[in-house]
Amino acid sequence: MCLGIPGQIVKIDDAARNLATVDVSGVKRQVNVTCIVSVDHPIESCIGDWVLIHVGFAMSRIDEREAAETLKVLTELGEAQAEMEAMRMSSRA
Amino acid sequence: MKYVDEFRDADKARTLIHEIETLVATIDLAKERPIAIMEVCGGHTHSIFRYGIEGMLPKEIELVHGPGCPVCVLPMGRVDDCISVAERPEVIMTTFGDAMRVPGSKKSLLQAKGDGADIRMVYSPMDALSIARHNPDREVVFFGLGFETTIPSTALTILQAKADGVKNFSVFANHITIVPTIKAILDDPDMQLDGFLGPGHVSMVIGTTPYEFVASQYNRPMVVAGFEPLDVLQSIWMVLKQIKDGRAEVENQYARIVLDGGNAAALAAVAEVYELRDFFEWRGLGSIDLSGMKIRNAYRDYDAEVKFIMPNVKIADPKACQCGEVLKGQIKPWQCQVFGTACTPETPLGALMVSSEGSCAAYYQYGGVKKHEAAL
Ligand code: SF4
Repeated sequence: MCLGIPGQIVKIDDAARNLATVDVSGVKRQVNVTCIVSVDHPIESCIGDWVLIHVGFAMSRIDEREAAETLKVLTELGEAQAEMEAMRMSSRA
Repeated sequence: MKYVDEFRDADKARTLIHEIETLVATIDLAKERPIAIMEVCGGHTHSIFRYGIEGMLPKEIELVHGPGCPVCVLPMGRVDDCISVAERPEVIMTTFGDAMRVPGSKKSLLQAKGDGADIRMVYSPMDALSIARHNPDREVVFFGLGFETTIPSTALTILQAKADGVKNFSVFANHITIVPTIKAILDDPDMQLDGFLGPGHVSMVIGTTPYEFVASQYNRPMVVAGFEPLDVLQSIWMVLKQIKDGRAEVENQYARIVLDGGNAAALAAVAEVYELRDFFEWRGLGSIDLSGMKIRNAYRDYDAEVKFIMPNVKIADPKACQCGEVLKGQIKPWQCQVFGTACTPETPLGALMVSSEGSCAAYYQYGGVKKHEAAL
């Protein structure tokens, strides 16, 4: 929950509510992107962004290399699997 | 070097370890006693144990595992309160998986679920809100946990609930903030710390400025660190360098994620919805002033503590538990009298055994600190 997980924004779902779909290693999930949009970076320009996602909220934009390296460490820590399992479960709920 | 070889950049790790050894050899303090560096964040604790980092460091460095695992410091009384609400027939309690096995005085949420309470694990507070939308005749409560990394998520969810006019949703807020916690640790006469590794993802939200007091008032170095093994090693080197130079500053090793000013949108949402509690009770550490967050009056309709009457009883940890001493770094996890016997990850007595970010569980999972021989 504290380490988060990297994903890539692939679709804007609801611009008014700041909701977008991310792809986390193949798992798709809706997240809230309020914390990474700004006047300089409006929601329309978020597609393709790599972000660090904490409990369903994109908290920080990161570059692609950072995303890949973070994912590797999270996998080694066992956190990535737990995080993705939680994502999958909740999409079924 | 079994463990170092696992690193993405083993050569860089070896070089860093060598540089740390060289640097420590020049620090006078290290000749008198070990230099104690606390990693505040549970993510660092997990990483340190997973990669056997302690065992790679010279013996003059002692890593003290701090209280930065929100699940681990949740007091029993709050778990009991949560269960009392969850057991009401109209309530659907929602929570992160990490919180399910935290022991209350009689049972955990997982056991309460087994006894028939409607308790559902969710990945995100947004999922809890969507359960509320789909169950308009039930009261959906989200068990809100965590430091600044997750506080924005519940704040934004409450804002969304209000904007959408969802009335059957509330948050049982158990959020805690890092700064008063570090201050309490620094004020504790039992704790002798020479420097800190600052939390990476909490700092992503709050920035580095709130830690200035660590340097200016307490004269201790603080390095905000990433959680990859090389980040941790480099940050330890940076703390040592400050000690060697006689400096005390807040430095940012994790600048690729952490901006000095933090995340403005996240901070704005938190400030809108939450305010500080006068004090909050921590498991093992006692009450810490201004360390907890509560929902502001303007959002009282979303505050589970307003909606439901809770027992609100303070419950002491079981006598056999030595979580407080472990949290403060006075004893190592394996020195607790019930470690690995009465207290294991399957049947945790103390909360430090529950989450992989708790030092007891991390130690239990990855074994000894002194991997030195094995590692070299
Ligand atoms: S072994 Fe269990 S009881 Fe002892 S300090 Fe660790 S979590 Fe607490």
